[in-house]
Amino acid sequence: MLAYTLRRLLIMIPTLLVISFVTFTIIKLPPGDFLSNQIAELQSQGDKAALERVEFMRKQFGLDRPFIEQYATWVGIWPGPRGFSGLLQGDWGWSFEHDLPVSDVIGDRMLLSFILNFTVILFTWAVAFPIGVYAATHQYSWGDHGLTLFGYVGLATPNFLFALVLMYFANVQFGLSIGGIMDPEYLDQPWSWAKFGSVLSHLWIPVIVIGTSGTAGMIRRLRANLLDELQKQYVVTARAKGMPATRLLLKYPLRMSLNPFIADIGNLLPSVISGSAIVAVVLSLQTSGPMLLEALRSQDQYLAGSFLMFLALLTVIGMFISDLLLAALDPRIRLTGGAAK
Amino acid sequence: MSGADSGASTGRIEHYVSKDPFEPHSIERLTPEQERFYRASQWKIMWWKFRRHKIAVISAWILAAFYASIFFSEFLAPYDLHTRDARHIYAPPQQVQLFHEGKFVGPFVYGYSMQLNLQTMKREFKPDESRVQPLRFFCSGDEYEFWGMVKGSFHFVCPAEGGTFFLFGTDRLGRDVLSRIIYGTRISLTVGLLGIAVSFLIGIVLGGISGYYGGWIDNVIQRFIEMVRSFPELPLWMALSAALPVTWSPVWVYFGITIILGLLDWPGLARAVRSKLLALREEDFAQAAVLMGASPGRVIGRHLLPSFTSHLIASLTLSVPSMILGETALSFLGLGLRPPVTSWGVLLNEAQNINVVALYPWLMLPVLPVFIIVLAFNFFGDGLRDAADPYK
Repeated sequence: MLAYTLRRLLIMIPTLLVISFVTFTIIKLPPGDFLSNQIAELQSQGDKAALERVEFMRKQFGLDRPFIEQYATWVGIWPGPRGFSGLLQGDWGWSFEHDLPVSDVIGDRMLLSFILNFTVILFTWAVAFPIGVYAATHQYSWGDHGLTLFGYVGLATPNFLFALVLMYFANVQFGLSIGGIMDPEYLDQPWSWAKFGSVLSHLWIPVIVIGTSGTAGMIRRLRANLLDELQKQYVVTARAKGMPATRLLLKYPLRMSLNPFIADIGNLLPSVISGSAIVAVVLSLQTSGPMLLEALRSQDQYLAGSFLMFLALLTVIGMFISDLLLAALDPRIRLTGGAAK
Repeated sequence: MSGADSGASTGRIEHYVSKDPFEPHSIERLTPEQERFYRASQWKIMWWKFRRHKIAVISAWILAAFYASIFFSEFLAPYDLHTRDARHIYAPPQQVQLFHEGKFVGPFVYGYSMQLNLQTMKREFKPDESRVQPLRFFCSGDEYEFWGMVKGSFHFVCPAEGGTFFLFGTDRLGRDVLSRIIYGTRISLTVGLLGIAVSFLIGIVLGGISGYYGGWIDNVIQRFIEMVRSFPELPLWMALSAALPVTWSPVWVYFGITIILGLLDWPGLARAVRSKLLALREEDFAQAAVLMGASPGRVIGRHLLPSFTSHLIASLTLSVPSMILGETALSFLGLGLRPPVTSWGVLLNEAQNINVVALYPWLMLPVLPVFIIVLAFNFFGDGLRDAADPYK
């Protein structure tokens, strides 16, 4: 187990490296950069002093260097204009648009993103579990069809629109103002219980919206797994011997079919993070989504890059945990992997 | 058997030997029904099994209808894609009626009466009960170019002469929402198909290689798949489509988006292919093929793949909706397709703020086809997947 954990940890390093490279490449795909765009603008206005300042910044942040060097500096494996200072050294870079270090711009947002995504996963589990079990034990009943349909409806509604409509109704019916993830007066305030409470009261709409799109898949997988398990011979034997239905269900089949729940963290995380990105834009949550969109549009490269890296990191770590849990839970899962051939 | 009753009256059963010729298979003789079943091809059994899944069959019909509509969008839509009616901006949907003052008139709509509300500075449309505008069918209306080539003006349904027919209302330029949805179908439905083609190609090749060879090749490809899978899709889609050059024509952007959608979708498929191959290559028939000297390509393509094509098709159908939703989301954010290319996502882009929900809810109607198509694809794919394993 220890060897497996170590191996799994080691694999994360090249994974993250490749991800960082791909991310940076994609961000640098559009021609020009934030500052060169600004230079073009300033040139048309003829503002000499500002022009020089921007030129200076371009030099200082190494935007005039070749692509590979920029990338290596950003990661922190190559000395930039300010020495080794990149992701590895904990320096997320500089946001040109906000004129602040990236870490100052996004610190709080990362935490909120994390809270939001974590809650969504808990919500998905809480909803999918009973529905999945019910649907599998009552296969082809009206309940099964109805609940499955419910899951599908969640899947088929585009998240953003669902968010809009829910926001509207919460506003009209309950008089809630639910744009944002907390009341405006708590923004940029240190964390306190009041702030926490405010976040909680705003959290439910995005959680429901993002969660519903993930539950359908989860229900489907749990149902399929449990159905497979229920047809196995040991279940038939136990039933023939007169074991009560509930106890029979709880004893083995349910445990076996729990695997997808753990394994699904890996599947779920990317989709939850995707979902939260777009829902955050619609609901103007102070999480990663809207700022990422803006950064991508204005080619604020370090900000966008750090956001994408953070989201990828969240996913990679989530998958790591899910793999570990899975290996611990189910001895049948081969830790060594790869057939001998 | 037939002569068993001759000794029954005496109480003792006589020794009896049947004179019929001995036929060893007589007990195992199949009923015609069973025979039909056992002799049917795999695809035939799949079809039988699929047919039993009622919802899947209905979904298949719905999908077929939607896809068929792509070919005749111009004919089906009552208006042209770009027709603007400056007098009817943000007009609410008109209801089709059959009876006017208790008399049967046939399908018609009431014309609008418009007032400017001076307090809200909003135009308010109300149905005017005195203006009966019977709909015309198979009629000539707006001119269009059929598939951009042949000119025509023949429509399935048109408004009355001088009247209007906005079944789903109009948008901020007075364009008919229903017509735009019908035109959008063309783009929205094909985005998914092209994307799938891309992901199918990558998935089969990589999954095939990985599963067949195993060992370090498998390891490398698996790590690669893990990397791709650990990208959150939408942010990456966002980044990629933000990277599409602004100078590209809308058609190129369309192809760019489809490829972007396909680029991230293949890992699931590759994994499915791999796990199936890993299991199948140990089977006797695969070993036999290898021993007889078949090349890897032939073993994979000729012997292994056919045994789970049905699974592949099913999982493909299940990933089309996520692409359609992806396009919708991107276009909604303004990162996807751009006008004049019209997809459901582009239409929904108009419904971006809460004002629309409150004032012009009909602008959200393009979500209806998205919803129907995604549901239909899911049920259809489910039915296919259940049917894909006919011997279960």
